[in-house]
Amino acid sequence: MANEMPLWEVFIRPRNGLSHKHCGSIHAADEVMALQAARDVYTRRGEGNSIWVVLSSAITASDPDQAGENFEPGEKIYRHPTFYEIPEEVGNM
Amino acid sequence: MPLFEALLELADDHVVLGHRVSEWCGHAPMLEEDLAMPNMALDLIGTARTLYEYAGKVEGQGRGEDDLAYLRGEREYRNCLLVERRNGDFAQTMLRQLYFAAFMEPYWTAAADSADETIRGVAGKAVKEMAYHIRHAGEWVIRLGDGTGESARRMAEAVENLHLYTDELFEAGSAADVDVLPDRAALRPAWEATIDHIFGEAGLSRPVIPHPQTGGRNGVHGEDLGHMLAVMQSTHRAHPGATW
Repeated sequence: MANEMPLWEVFIRPRNGLSHKHCGSIHAADEVMALQAARDVYTRRGEGNSIWVVLSSAITASDPDQAGENFEPGEKIYRHPTFYEIPEEVGNM
Repeated sequence: MPLFEALLELADDHVVLGHRVSEWCGHAPMLEEDLAMPNMALDLIGTARTLYEYAGKVEGQGRGEDDLAYLRGEREYRNCLLVERRNGDFAQTMLRQLYFAAFMEPYWTAAADSADETIRGVAGKAVKEMAYHIRHAGEWVIRLGDGTGESARRMAEAVENLHLYTDELFEAGSAADVDVLPDRAALRPAWEATIDHIFGEAGLSRPVIPHPQTGGRNGVHGEDLGHMLAVMQSTHRAHPGATW
């Protein structure tokens, strides 16, 4: 049965003011059933107050073979904002 | 003691349906439903516990929830016949859930104004649960009724098998003289509206039943209830007072 049903990715927002966070996936026939399945599987213990579901097939993912060129910037330390002094009066930023 | 009897009817409905739904645990067609059904079963059993506890207090004989749930025989059970029907296939289980929840949701909505504080407390929690059961079971009834040839046939069979037990939901039973509980007969229009709305989308029609089946409120049950209670009560009867 699960083979006939598409896979959906589930995102839960734990509290107002926070962003939705990916928490897993479920099988369901359509978006309405997907929301219900997500509610039953992932919010049984008060984990959130909002659910998003999106078809897994609608997600475009980066290619693991391109991890080098994508995610290893190397010695570009100038990309870190550590080259200026913050006056003490500013306090914590 | 009409309030005690009326609370028992209500609690028995919930524990019997809760046990029936729990029988799916580990057997559902997919993991998602395998979690959804125990969720629903536990909602019902949770409500039953509060109602039994309160019934025991009202009776004043020192009986608690376990005594009332586990040490009464089949003829002493006062649940309506609908909830004791066997699970059958998934279509039948979902339709039974819809029929019951579509009745209990307006019931608890009305009970939220009860003069009895415990009833109001149960109602506040249960009304949200029943709204969800209507949604969950209703969406399945729509999809099975409006689905493939086989699912539509099974859904239509479920209506044929179960509809004759729905009239009993509206019988006053022991609650006739209890003014802290809602008038069941008055809930029929709300129930019919919910069912008609869902049946409309599912391509099903609500049958007219010339001879409805009743008797549960008097302890006259189908043979399936005894088998179910034997399983449900076996641990407590073998190990009285066992806790975990």
